Amino acid sequence: MNDVIAEADAGTVLLSLRGVGKRFANNVTALEGLDMEVRQGEFLSLLGPSGCGKSTALRLIAGLTEPTAGRLDWNGGEATRRTTGPRSIGFVFQEPTLMPWASVFGNVHLPLKLAGIGRREAEPSIAEALEMVGLSGFRDAYPRELSGGMKMRVSIARALVTKPRLLLMDEPFAALDEITRFKLNNDLLEVWRQLGCTIVFVTHSVFESVFLSSRILVFRARPGRVSAELSIDPNQPRDEAFRTSPEYAGLCRETSLALARAMEAR
Amino acid sequence: MERHLEHSSSRPFPFRWLLPIGVLAALVALWALVVRINNLPPYVLPSPGQVLETLVSDRVVLFQSMLVTLETTVLALLLAAAGGVALALIFASARIVEFSLFPIAVILQVTPVIAVAPLMLIYLSTDTAVLVCAWIVAFFPVLSNTTLGLNSVDPNLRDLFRLAGASRWQTLLRLKLPTALPYFLGGLRIAGGLALIGAVVGEIAAGSAGQGSGLAFRIVESAYRLNIPRLFAALLLISLAGILIYAALSLLSWLVLRRWHESELGGA
Repeated sequence: MNDVIAEADAGTVLLSLRGVGKRFANNVTALEGLDMEVRQGEFLSLLGPSGCGKSTALRLIAGLTEPTAGRLDWNGGEATRRTTGPRSIGFVFQEPTLMPWASVFGNVHLPLKLAGIGRREAEPSIAEALEMVGLSGFRDAYPRELSGGMKMRVSIARALVTKPRLLLMDEPFAALDEITRFKLNNDLLEVWRQLGCTIVFVTHSVFESVFLSSRILVFRARPGRVSAELSIDPNQPRDEAFRTSPEYAGLCRETSLALARAMEAR
Repeated sequence: MERHLEHSSSRPFPFRWLLPIGVLAALVALWALVVRINNLPPYVLPSPGQVLETLVSDRVVLFQSMLVTLETTVLALLLAAAGGVALALIFASARIVEFSLFPIAVILQVTPVIAVAPLMLIYLSTDTAVLVCAWIVAFFPVLSNTTLGLNSVDPNLRDLFRLAGASRWQTLLRLKLPTALPYFLGGLRIAGGLALIGAVVGEIAAGSAGQGSGLAFRIVESAYRLNIPRLFAALLLISLAGILIYAALSLLSWLVLRRWHESELGGA
């Protein structure tokens, strides 16, 4: 079911948020007048300081919470939302959020099991997802036996097992050490290229966002909204050479400046 | 210095389990010595040997009684587990029920069971009254721990279930119950000891009315007859019953949780 969309123009808008606001019950305004769109097949980073509402924006897109103002339109209307709906959205949290009582296999099986797909039928998909994150040898291990980076890989495999068209990631690597983070960044890009899915990635790391993204939205806080947009050539190879290149340094500087402006703007 | 520290922490003392047994043996020896030196008659303080003799000679009566007490305790524990979990599930699904009923459960818990027992004996048959006494005290830890467990679900995992379109039933079965399991087992372990206490209290209350045949009744009976060696023998068996129940519940907890829960991963 991926094929139809994958062949479509990469610039096609998948969903758009128009004037979206979110005010919580305790009267905290997380978002106000948020305008943004997610385009088919892009790697979009939402970059901003803590408390700028970028995670809330992600939860709105996932349908985990409803906006209190504005609207969220899926390309193709409600029908697409339904087919693009629950099971073709993958969500990765900041913590690995694994079930400690289930093995790696059981954890990755979860989204399929909840959709009524049994162990045997799901087995090829699970094996494939584990292969993609490099954990094929660990299917019978329990979460407590894994390192932080491996747990996060399981979490990503679980999000990939349904072959989602849209992958939402909420600061997934924030708690990992830099070496593990670089490795996971590389692997995530590989997965993105293989699957051809759309990724929305929340982060507060300038370096991470520049390395990964084809487009960056810089958020400002209180109330949260988009303050700047940066595009990075999607054809630019993202490898270790890029990580140490002057282009990368320049892009990071540009992004840092945009972020600094966003934090000053009140 | 470092070497010494490492040595003492990484290599467990090989015969550690011998220590409490040694202490216990020393106490028993001291007990025997006190009886021997002061030449105490058995109705004041029997010697360990006399207690053991009584245990053998009265084995039919005593083990029969032990079975009765164990039966009451285990049945009360099973009912407490079933009732506690059922009510905790109702609490978890409807907050309003929790607000209405939880205080009543607390009242049941804080009112000393020994004060309630005579009332039970008026309205219920002796066996039922003893069972209810044991059930009342065992019920609360299961209820409160399981409720705590059901409310301890990882919010991110709950979101994940929502995203995957899980039904209420799936969320209960695959998320809430497994989360609550270690809490429930912890409650059950407390409930096991309490059920025995409740059964003993019930038997003593009933026994003073001249009925019942559990171990606690044997204790009361022996005290009246100044058959102190048998009192000690019965006491020994009650201790043994408590240890058995605790060991069985610990084993259950280990069997269920050993693969994944921190509490059962000692030394792994």
